[in-house]
Amino acid sequence: MTVPAGFPTSAEALGASRRRVLVDAMGIAVSAIGFGFVYGLSAREAGFSPIEVLAMSVLVFGGASQFAAVGYVASGLAWPGIVLLTALLNARHLLYSAALAPWLSRVPFARRAVMAHLLTDEAFALSIGHFRRLGFTDEWGYWIGAIVSTFIPWTLATLAGVILGGQIPDPARLGIDVIFPAAMIGLSVGLLTGRREIVAAIVGAGVGVAVALVTSPAIGIIVGGLVGPAAGLLVPARLASETAPLGTPASADRFMMPGAHVRPPPEAPPPDARPADPPIDGVEDRDRTRP
Amino acid sequence: MSTDLIPLAFLMFLVTYPSRALGLLTPWLDRLPRVGFDYLQLVGPAILAALAAVSVMVVVSDDGQPAFHIGIEWVAVLACLAVTAWRKNLLLGLIVAVAIVVVARNLGFAALPA
Repeated sequence: MTVPAGFPTSAEALGASRRRVLVDAMGIAVSAIGFGFVYGLSAREAGFSPIEVLAMSVLVFGGASQFAAVGYVASGLAWPGIVLLTALLNARHLLYSAALAPWLSRVPFARRAVMAHLLTDEAFALSIGHFRRLGFTDEWGYWIGAIVSTFIPWTLATLAGVILGGQIPDPARLGIDVIFPAAMIGLSVGLLTGRREIVAAIVGAGVGVAVALVTSPAIGIIVGGLVGPAAGLLVPARLASETAPLGTPASADRFMMPGAHVRPPPEAPPPDARPADPPIDGVEDRDRTRP
Repeated sequence: MSTDLIPLAFLMFLVTYPSRALGLLTPWLDRLPRVGFDYLQLVGPAILAALAAVSVMVVVSDDGQPAFHIGIEWVAVLACLAVTAWRKNLLLGLIVAVAIVVVARNLGFAALPA
């Protein structure tokens, strides 16, 4: 545990905050189990074997990018394209990583390297809320958020989905094929935090379909995914109405896996507290997308 | 059991880990131009929306030609969007989407996918 000077430690406060992390983690774990199972079913439909699904869950460990990869593989997208889109889709973790860096700076390098692999929307939301409540770093909260709430339930549930999915006799009649596009659009809801995001999504979808019709679905997805953000940037910052820039607890709250909603702590940190979310280029988090 | 996609999983790890680790392990991230952060913020919605739209609106025929598709899947996906936005619960949205497709297909209102 790292306790910066000026922060009084309180066993009661620590215990209370840890209990809250545990309760929140249980809620997230339930959601991760349900969603992971659905991912396993979807991956099986796309031809993934159990060992391939397990490799994806352990190595990639990113729900949206794993789900997207199912679609890429099913549509015949070449591996370089899949890797490029995965990099883009997971690039948001840069912002979470930067936001957590001040809190974890005193953690030994090797442990931070492991922490990085387990950094997800959920781990970010749980841990930064925990740190802010306490006013100091408590590694225990990070590990609970990363491993107990997500890594273990997600990995096991995806494996269960791909194995038990074989027991379903007629997947099309049960609507399994619609899970993937529905999951994609549902995941995007958590990301629509302003007008720029809405424009990016609409343009990405429109361009994706148009290009797919004249070339192939795989190329359409790539072009839509690259052109959409550029179109979103055309929305003037003063009109963006951004409510939850990535890398802030507000964004993680909206971005959670299904059903999990961890609110950022209502209490403000002490005046002499280190900033919870580091400013970028001297701009506060809430102003990141504004001039 | 196929293991063909394991190298792909490893490649996906190789491009995912840096984005998770750079902030925690290196000090230079703050120097990324703000437009870069803004672009990253928009990549997720664009890719996910493109994936969903292409999945339900474009089908590839046996001869490899893509074609525009209209079907019950549109309704299901839009219902998922609405429920997820309303209840803030993706799992519930997925259940509603699947239920719509199951009912429509089993009652004969919609065709099974080719």
